[in-house]
Amino acid sequence: MAAQFLNRTLSGDRPRSLILTIVLLAILIGLAFAPFLFPGVRSLETAARICIFIVLVASYDLLLGYSGIVSFAHTMFFGLGAYGVALASTHMGRGYDALLVGTLAGAAAAAVLALMIGLFSLRVRAIFFAMITLAVASAVAVLVSQLSGLTGGEDGLNYQIPRELTPAFKLGELFGVNISGKILNYYLVFFASLLLFLLLLRVVNSPFGRVLQAIRENDFRAEAIGYRVVFYRTLATCLSAAVAALAGSLFAIWLRYVGPDTTLSFEIMLDILLMVVIGGMGTMYGAVIGATLFVLAQNYLQNLMGMASGATEGLPLIPQLLDPDRWLLWLGVLFILSVYFFPTGIVGRLRSGD
Amino acid sequence: MTAAPGHAPKISALSMTQSIGKMMPLLLVPILVVLGFLSIGSTSSWLTLTVSGLAMGMMIFIMASGLTLVFGLMDVINFGHGAFISVGAYVGISALLALEGWTGAPSLVLNVAAVLAAVVAAMCVTGLLGWGFERVIVRPVYGAHLKQILVTVGGLIVIEQLIQVVWGPDEIFLTRPEMLKGAVTFAGAAIEKYRLLAVVFGLALFVAMRLVLKRTKIGLIVRAGVQNGEMVEALGYRLKLVFIGVFVAGSALAGLGGVMWGLYQEVITAGMGEEMMILVFIVVIIGGLGSVEGAFIGALLVGLLQNYVAFLEPKLALISNIALMTAILMWRPQGMMPVVKAK
Repeated sequence: MAAQFLNRTLSGDRPRSLILTIVLLAILIGLAFAPFLFPGVRSLETAARICIFIVLVASYDLLLGYSGIVSFAHTMFFGLGAYGVALASTHMGRGYDALLVGTLAGAAAAAVLALMIGLFSLRVRAIFFAMITLAVASAVAVLVSQLSGLTGGEDGLNYQIPRELTPAFKLGELFGVNISGKILNYYLVFFASLLLFLLLLRVVNSPFGRVLQAIRENDFRAEAIGYRVVFYRTLATCLSAAVAALAGSLFAIWLRYVGPDTTLSFEIMLDILLMVVIGGMGTMYGAVIGATLFVLAQNYLQNLMGMASGATEGLPLIPQLLDPDRWLLWLGVLFILSVYFFPTGIVGRLRSGD
Repeated sequence: MTAAPGHAPKISALSMTQSIGKMMPLLLVPILVVLGFLSIGSTSSWLTLTVSGLAMGMMIFIMASGLTLVFGLMDVINFGHGAFISVGAYVGISALLALEGWTGAPSLVLNVAAVLAAVVAAMCVTGLLGWGFERVIVRPVYGAHLKQILVTVGGLIVIEQLIQVVWGPDEIFLTRPEMLKGAVTFAGAAIEKYRLLAVVFGLALFVAMRLVLKRTKIGLIVRAGVQNGEMVEALGYRLKLVFIGVFVAGSALAGLGGVMWGLYQEVITAGMGEEMMILVFIVVIIGGLGSVEGAFIGALLVGLLQNYVAFLEPKLALISNIALMTAILMWRPQGMMPVVKAK
């Protein structure tokens, strides 16, 4: 009975590796009880970020790993969701209706935009898609920072969300931890992320997901069997964009702030790419592992780099190479190496291991 | 038994509409210039804008030409092309700063010599870098588009970060050589000297490239390789070598474009290549992947449109290029002059 339920929830796609199962369970438990296991503002911040990025990366994996489409506009969709919530909360005032309207509007806008881009580029050549998304995403990022009357420009927007979701709302104590609105907010983020992740797992293991994989392997043959490749690719793009926008809305609800740097920058796009590749393309669980590892590394390794840079002071070039600002350099190197040597990522390795 | 149906092939001239359709991409640039004139109204500002649009277009073309050929020849899409633009700019500008004695002197000969030295230095470095990039980054992933895109993006990040390690993270401001500063007045319009030079230089380069591609043996092999690589290899040419040559030349041209763009903007940043890549991609897409002529026309269109729109409606300038791309793809989904692949 329990096994059957588990199978249904995971859509029949089990981790298929003992180590992977243990790691995934550890992550799930860690995130589910984060406010009690790791008290403190910073660790809660990290945990929420991990939840949101798992959804974001998983939605990207639907494109990159399952459909074989490279998009550089995923942060744009993420940002659409975030700005949707921000704008709705600014103009409609504090309230759950604003959050809901913003979230839905953001997701709808993302899906429509993805449909338009998809129709323009996927119809001709899948490779156009990568270039066109890059161009459109950069135009949107510039537009957002220029239209400061609407979007707050480079400064971004601060807004208010319902009081029950803010630290000002106190509920009392549980296991020695003060339960505030922030923790309620965290659980909102956690459960929404879990739901979205399971939904994506359902999608990729449905007949629709199988067709996407068939197209990824050989689009010509898939077309010959009778599947309309353009339709499937476009639908996957829209779906992935909508989920990314939902993740963006969660991020906006969590942070109570949006700005171009936190939601739209090309660096976040690179982070997402890296998380997918390191975790393992074409395996939803790869998104979990990739996002968790990456966010942890981002939050804690950069300090280490700063220390190493300080310790090697006086040597030529090495301090500059180890400077925390050069974090991206090492990411880039890691990225190239993992595409070459671990194209299946951590999950692929673990699954082939036993 | 019935007789075979009659079949008499005829050679007839294309109808008027067909030949106009074929020439249409070529006519787009003059049409845009005339439209610009009509909507701007003032001759002097129109002239200034046209020259700066052409200058910008030429520079984008120089950066884009290598990319489009590389794609046409080997089906390699190089997202790292922008890194060569940045590296070219940094090397060239460093050379110019080192030659301060020459650039500061009010002598045309010395100034041009300094610029030429900077260009040669930049092209040598980016050419070499391109050679290394092809070997290390691109070669292991031939034939796999997905991996190519990922790996070349990785290469772009690494090179940009290395630039920041070597030259520091801040942007570098520079001034143009003495004789290239200022503007000439023509028909009431102030035209910057440097822009004129860029137009002349870009045009010369385009003509030279066309001559090489159309009149020399190596150009013939490159063009044939773009159309049908397997056939060219079957005839005994080592297309891989040709490809490496084109890759190196394309990288060197990107470096040249970087120096010119740096002198045009008078400021360089490590991220400039990445920013330019977006325009370069738009140009390559609307021109038709693999087509040098298409890229040339596309670059001029992008440059002109951006300048006109920035003058008429500054806020729209940001999306004018995307709008142009959308319009052209609606008209010709494969780009203006798609390369016909014989497969």
